[in-house]
Amino acid sequence: MGNFSQKVDKFIDIFLNQNGYVKVVQGLQNTLLIAITGLIIGIVIGTLIATVRVIPKYKTLPRVLNHICSFYVALFRGTPIVVQLLIFYYVLLPIFGVKITGVQVSMVVFGLNSGAYISEIMRSGIQSVDQGQMEAGRAVGLSFGTSMMKIVIPQAVKNILPTLGNEFISLIKETSVVSFVGAADLYVAFNFIGSNSYEFMVPYLVMALIYIALVLVITLLVKLLERSLKKSDRRN
Amino acid sequence: MIDVINLQKSFGDKEILKGINVTINKGDIVAVLGPSGSGKSTFLRCLNCMEDPTGGSIIFNGVDIADMKVDINVHRRHMGMVFQHFNLYNNKTVLQNVMMAPAYLRCKDIDKAKKKNRMIKFKNLFRGSNKKEELIPITETKDQIKKEVKEQAMALLKRIGLEDKADVYPSTLSGGQKQRVAIIRSMAMNPDVILFDEPTSALDPEMVGEVLELMKDLAKEGMTMVVVTHEMGFAREVASRVLFIDDGQIKEEAAPPAEFFEHPKDPRLQEFLSKIL
Repeated sequence: MGNFSQKVDKFIDIFLNQNGYVKVVQGLQNTLLIAITGLIIGIVIGTLIATVRVIPKYKTLPRVLNHICSFYVALFRGTPIVVQLLIFYYVLLPIFGVKITGVQVSMVVFGLNSGAYISEIMRSGIQSVDQGQMEAGRAVGLSFGTSMMKIVIPQAVKNILPTLGNEFISLIKETSVVSFVGAADLYVAFNFIGSNSYEFMVPYLVMALIYIALVLVITLLVKLLERSLKKSDRRN
Repeated sequence: MIDVINLQKSFGDKEILKGINVTINKGDIVAVLGPSGSGKSTFLRCLNCMEDPTGGSIIFNGVDIADMKVDINVHRRHMGMVFQHFNLYNNKTVLQNVMMAPAYLRCKDIDKAKKKNRMIKFKNLFRGSNKKEELIPITETKDQIKKEVKEQAMALLKRIGLEDKADVYPSTLSGGQKQRVAIIRSMAMNPDVILFDEPTSALDPEMVGEVLELMKDLAKEGMTMVVVTHEMGFAREVASRVLFIDDGQIKEEAAPPAEFFEHPKDPRLQEFLSKIL
C-alpha cells in the first residue's frame, strides 16, 4: 500500500498547496446552489401543476391548462437531464440571445426538471388528503384556490415530505452532470486536482465521500422537519 | 328563504334526483328521512351546490344559485354545512378551525373594497365635481376584525364547553367534540341556514346525545336547519317539518311531524317506518 499513501500525499499537496481547496469549496457552493435553487423552483412549479391537475374539469380553461401541464411533464420526464441542459445552453440561449452562465442555466433547468417530478409527487400528496377537507373549505365560502392553499396543500406537504427529501437527494447527485455546460461543480473541482497530479483514484474517492456526507446531512434535516410538522398528529 | 324548483341531479346515466320541489322558510327545521340510496344526501348537497344540480333551480335569498354563472362562494357564506365525518381542518387548531373562514373572508372583503376605492378615486379625477362617485366606506381595520372574530369564536367555544381545547389539534378530540366544533364552525359565519348531512351517523352512541342537544339549542334560537338524519326521535321532537325522500322524489311531506309518524300515507313510508320504529 506504499503506492496508495504516495497518492494520498500527492492529493493533499495539490489540495492544500495548489489552491485545490478553493476549487473544491467553489464546486461545493455551485453544487448546493444549483440543487437548492432547483428544488425551490421545482416545488413552486410542481405545486402549481399539481393544483391545475386536480381542478375539476367542467370548464374549458382548466381543461386546456391540464393539457399544457401534461405536455410539460411528458417533455421534462421524457428526456435526460443532460439533453435538457445542452438544449437550453446551446440551442435556446443563442436563439433568444440571452447571455447567462452555466451555473444559472443549470439552476433553471434543474428547477424545470424537478418541477415535473415534484408535480407528480405533489399530486399524489393532494389526492391523499381526504376529500372532505376540501369540501369543508368550500362549504364556508372559501374559493377552490384558497381552500387548496390553506387547508389541503399544508396537509399534502406533510404526507409527501419523505418523498420530497428523496427528490432533493437525487437532485444533489444529478447535479454532477452540469460540467456539460461549463458549470464548475464538485466533479470539475476534483477533476482539476486529478488532472494536475495525473492521479484520479484519491480525488474521486474523496468526491464520493463528500456526496455521501451531503446526503446524510439532508436526510437528517428532513427527519427534523418531519418531526416538527408532526405537531398536529400528536396527542397532547 | 330557499325555493327548490324541479331539482334534478344525475351522475352519468344514473338519475338520483327526479324533480324535487320544496320551499324552506325562515325558522323551519326540516328533517329529511329516507332509506339509503334514496338521494337524501345528494339533495342536501345540491342545496349549496356541493354537487352541481343538472336541472331545475334553487332560489336562495332571491338568487338562483344553481345557475353556473353565479359566484357560489358568496352565497355559501350564508349557508353553513355540517358533515357526517366532521371534516375539521386537520392542520389547524380548534380555535383556528372556527376563526379561519370568517377572519379570512372579511379581511379579503376589505382588500377588495380598498382596491375598488382606488379605481373610484382614479375615475373621479376625470369626472365633474357634481358627478363624483361615492367611496365604499371601510369602518374596520383587519386587526379589529381578527380580534372581533376571535372573541366570537371563543364565546362559541365556551358555549359548547370546549374553551380549554382552543389550542389543541382536532386529532385529540372525541367524535362528539369534533362534531360540536364543526357545528360552531359553521355558526361562526352567522349563516341564514345550516345544512346537516347525517351529523350523528359516525358517532359512538353515547356521543350522539351531546350533538343532538346542541342542535336542539340551535333550533330553539330560531336557526333555520335542514337535517338529513336517521334519528327518528330528533325528527319527531324537534323538526317542524319532515320530508320523506325515496327514489329521488319527495314521497311524503308533513308538518307537524306527529302526523307523519302516526298516519303515514305512502306505502313505501309505511314500510320504512315499520322497519325502523
